[in-house]
Amino acid sequence: MFGNRWLSRALRSRPGFRRVGMRQTGRHRAALVAGVGAASLMLTVSGCAGFGNLGNQPGVTTITLASVNNPQMQDLATLLPEFEKAHPDIKVNVIMMEENDLRNATTKDVATRGGQYDVMTVGAYEVPMWGRNGWLTDLTAKAKADPSYDVDDFFKPVQQSVSYDNKIYAAPFYGESSFLMYRKDLFQKAGLTMPAHPTWQQVAQLAAKLKDPSQDRAGICLRGKPGWGEQFAPLTTVVNTFGGQWYNMSWDAQVNKPGFSNAVNFYVNTIKQSGERDPASFGFTECLNLFQQGRAAMWYDATSAAGTLETKGSPVAGKVGYVSAPVVKTKESGWLWTWNLAINSLSKHQQADWEFVKWATSKQYEQLVGQQLGWARVPPGTRQSLYANPQYQQASSAFAGLTAQTLRSVDPTHPGVDPQPWTGIQFVGIPEFQDVGNQTSQQIANTFSGGESVADALDKGQQIAQIAGDTQKREAGK
Amino acid sequence: MTAVAASDLERTGTGPTINASRMERSERSFARKIVIPAFAVAIIVTQIPFLATIYYSFQNWDLARPEARSFAWFHNYAAVVTNGAFLPALLNTVVIVGSSVIVSLVLGLLLAMLLDRKFPGRAVARTLLITPFLVMPAASALIWKWSLLDANVGMINWAFGLVHIPPVAWNTDFPGMTVVFVLTWQYTPFMMLILLAGLQSQSGEMLEAAQVDGAGPLRIFRTMTLPHLRTYAELAILLGTVLMVQVFDPVNIMTGGAGHSKTLSYLLYERAFIGQQVGEAAAYGVVTVIVTIAVATVALRTLFRVFTEEGGGGR
Repeated sequence: MFGNRWLSRALRSRPGFRRVGMRQTGRHRAALVAGVGAASLMLTVSGCAGFGNLGNQPGVTTITLASVNNPQMQDLATLLPEFEKAHPDIKVNVIMMEENDLRNATTKDVATRGGQYDVMTVGAYEVPMWGRNGWLTDLTAKAKADPSYDVDDFFKPVQQSVSYDNKIYAAPFYGESSFLMYRKDLFQKAGLTMPAHPTWQQVAQLAAKLKDPSQDRAGICLRGKPGWGEQFAPLTTVVNTFGGQWYNMSWDAQVNKPGFSNAVNFYVNTIKQSGERDPASFGFTECLNLFQQGRAAMWYDATSAAGTLETKGSPVAGKVGYVSAPVVKTKESGWLWTWNLAINSLSKHQQADWEFVKWATSKQYEQLVGQQLGWARVPPGTRQSLYANPQYQQASSAFAGLTAQTLRSVDPTHPGVDPQPWTGIQFVGIPEFQDVGNQTSQQIANTFSGGESVADALDKGQQIAQIAGDTQKREAGK
Repeated sequence: MTAVAASDLERTGTGPTINASRMERSERSFARKIVIPAFAVAIIVTQIPFLATIYYSFQNWDLARPEARSFAWFHNYAAVVTNGAFLPALLNTVVIVGSSVIVSLVLGLLLAMLLDRKFPGRAVARTLLITPFLVMPAASALIWKWSLLDANVGMINWAFGLVHIPPVAWNTDFPGMTVVFVLTWQYTPFMMLILLAGLQSQSGEMLEAAQVDGAGPLRIFRTMTLPHLRTYAELAILLGTVLMVQVFDPVNIMTGGAGHSKTLSYLLYERAFIGQQVGEAAAYGVVTVIVTIAVATVALRTLFRVFTEEGGGGR
């Protein structure tokens, strides 16, 4: 379309403007302002025209992609011209949204059969639910048909996280697990060693020894901020490995049963004894900040945090050791989160959608990011071959091996001691879990101050969880 | 002299009374017609969303299962009553907003009294004092969370450290109070501005006369300034309450609704966007409006002079 060609020319000529630099006259500046104004107008017009395939060149298919605005997806958006160069008959419109907005917008679209988005980034939480409901296209045959796509290169747990009933409903784009990060220098100074596979009890003892109020340093940072994706991401993995679970196979809530309550008691007591000072306001960002400032000796959180800790200029770069998630009764207890590209089953151009999804989740795309943007920016955690790539190993040496090992060994279908009726480690794969997890986490946050006992908090959590469990029973009975 | 002149005028004005009243009546009806469009817009803009909310509150509408929408009778209202979240949230709101209003009103009065005096640099001081009100709510919540209340590097705990008080975990131990801190900080300038307007509208001659009559500064303040400020304070309380009841940012950013910090507006947000129960959230909204109207009617009629004395004037 005229607008896009004009825009790309304008963008290409941008360095020229920059070269004019300081000598830029008022006239030039006015032209620049006018240009930017026109460009943004064009952008709006072409954006509207792309909607619903109107006003397109004949033979060009326009795909609408609803995407989460994380850095990896932003990189994807900047590399889109490469895709369009290779596929001149496909144009991709990207709509970037913050995670919660994306979740609301896409849920509404697929559930009301709106068909507004062709391709969506869907989290590991929703893919199995939406696949079961028939809202996403079954990609199994397409993915297996192309040997160069190499579908078995994906980590098996990652593939499971996007499957329902052995059918693949989304292509994994980004994957992360959780592990324990610790300060090697502080351990050495204190004469302590971190076991390669620590238990939670060992971690709690180490944390008690390493906390140092005079240095303003916590033994360990564990998320306490209310929220199903904040506090309950790490806490549910602790519950799993303590032998607890949210629901049993017949959807009876297990929140105030021994396994769950032992885990929560342990978590709350560890934080109280040697954790951060203000746990109710500590989520991922706060712990990252605390650990990076050297005010915590250990931190149990997402594998993706390591990238930030090891970047140039980070005060703890090179001082951090990484070991697998601590366990009690299970062999592994890391979580599993993936962002995936899924195709709306109502989309009218499935083949073009798949071409794009295949490109964005292929080995070639990883190469492209590595070469154009740097290997540290390749979306991690989906393909095993990436971790065998020497260039990637070099760019992420401190934590890449462990990430791959964790992603190979976690089990999203059976993460705890007892079997569970959903796919997912740190969450329950039912729509109500956001609400259940959020309310229960608020109750637990109240116990940090001692204002409420853990038993009372979990009794309330049990009630909240059972309402959602009853809904599941009703739906299963239908 | 003047009194006599006025009564003279009145007496001479008895002649054309009928004519004047007719003119007045037609003028009034004309004025009413002029107001109709604005009134209609006001009704459309304020009442249609409310009617829509009432409609939603009778719907079974779960954002996670949007295909299953149906009429819910009073099911959502029953949920509001039975799940036990409404009364604690109402109480939290009353405590948080009530204490924030009172503290910021008192602080605002003190600052307004200071600014009412002439001193070099008054304009600068006034601008600086207004600043917190101009900071975006989310930004001020972040400032409080990271710079002031942080348990490790926050300024308040640092100051406590100087006098050997151990650091306090504000958001964990006093979640409601942290919200009050932020609200008070934010709304003190608002109270100050309204009260300052009141102070400046006080007639200087009258105060001088009181001084000449031998009243001390305390007595002048108690018997003249305070009664004069009453309507201004009422307005400040009313507007402040209306604005503060909507508090959301500090709760979301600092405490996540833990402890006694879960206010009605945050509860509503949770039901709609985390619980994804639009119908239930709407029912909470409707109940909140009903409670607010009931409280406001009693409070405005009995306590607030703004609505009883000076109102109703004009035509």
